[in-house]
Amino acid sequence: MARGFPFHHVHYRPDGRVAELSELGADSRRESLISNADPGDFIALLKPRVMSLVVFTALVGMVVAPGTINPVIGAITILAIAIGGGASGALNMWYDADIDAVMKRTAARPIPSGRVKEGEALSFGLFLSFFSVMVLGLATNWLAAGLLAFTIFFYVVVYTIGLKRRTAQNIVIGGAAGALPPVIGWAAVTGNVTIEPMLLFAIIFLWTPPHFWALALVKSDDYGRAGVPMLPNVAGEKNTRLQILLYTLIVVPFGLAPLAFGLGGLVYAVAATVGGGAMLWWAYAIWRASSDEALRKACWRMFGGSIAYLFALFAALLIEWTAQKTAPLLWALLGRLA
Amino acid sequence: MNEVNTENTGVRLTDEEKARRSRRNLAIALSVGGLCALFYLITVFKIGSAILKRSL
Repeated sequence: MARGFPFHHVHYRPDGRVAELSELGADSRRESLISNADPGDFIALLKPRVMSLVVFTALVGMVVAPGTINPVIGAITILAIAIGGGASGALNMWYDADIDAVMKRTAARPIPSGRVKEGEALSFGLFLSFFSVMVLGLATNWLAAGLLAFTIFFYVVVYTIGLKRRTAQNIVIGGAAGALPPVIGWAAVTGNVTIEPMLLFAIIFLWTPPHFWALALVKSDDYGRAGVPMLPNVAGEKNTRLQILLYTLIVVPFGLAPLAFGLGGLVYAVAATVGGGAMLWWAYAIWRASSDEALRKACWRMFGGSIAYLFALFAALLIEWTAQKTAPLLWALLGRLA
Repeated sequence: MNEVNTENTGVRLTDEEKARRSRRNLAIALSVGGLCALFYLITVFKIGSAILKRSL
């Protein structure tokens, strides 16, 4: 599949050169010129499910940060981070359209299914990247905007274009892009970056490999067909199972670390302990699985369970810090009413 | 008998394609409107009443 900027599908002559529109038959000309996209297809390009995780973790970064932010500016900040995350998703789909087409999980995406043209996705992604960074910079500060720009660059250029098709460590390094939103949220409120947001960054960064390798173990045929060197395809199933266990052994203590830095309280302690225990159990089940069916089940449990674990950690922080920050306001309000 | 030369009449959109184009146009209009509202809100909430305190 051709990858390029034109807004129409590119047709090639037998000699490999791009054909002019006037050289094409009526059907090809129609296919080249007419967009089949619905607005919903462009929403799908933004990867809404990934976006929701980005929004959630960025919101937590903002709430736990010392200081306050105007609620309207806060909402615009979240919107800008969400759009920036979505834009990187659109650029990822533009670049990966060829491998998405051969993977069952992704074959129905807007570009491989033919609803959105590659050039449309590219310009859409670039436009949204630019505007999300500008809006964040104008609404908050340029450190936060710079971090958002870096996140988009890292996800698209470093991960998608540079690492994904070359190394089995793709998601280990690429995970940094998904781990940055809480840091951006923190920077938007405070204008700086300290150890606390970096701790949240580390939790998501270390959580990414076991989460995606659990999926890669079940979908290794799909990745193999697309030529993406995921760990199970390169290092084998046994090694991947061990690495999932090792990364889980690292991420669980990191999940407890916010307690030592005063970032997490009692609710967080419960979430990190119970969730961490469950993560270790799921990772152990993958390592010890004795049959294909048991392994498949254990992997799906780890894939879904790890999402719940990360959600529980960040939700606990959100609850604790929202309560802590709004309590004085509520007391003052009640005092006036009484 | 004159035959219509379909080669030179350009591409004609089907009703479905026209409907999709309308929906895309509407989405673009809403996005541009939203962007205007966004910049308006940023201006109001970032600068706020300070805009009246400048030296004239």
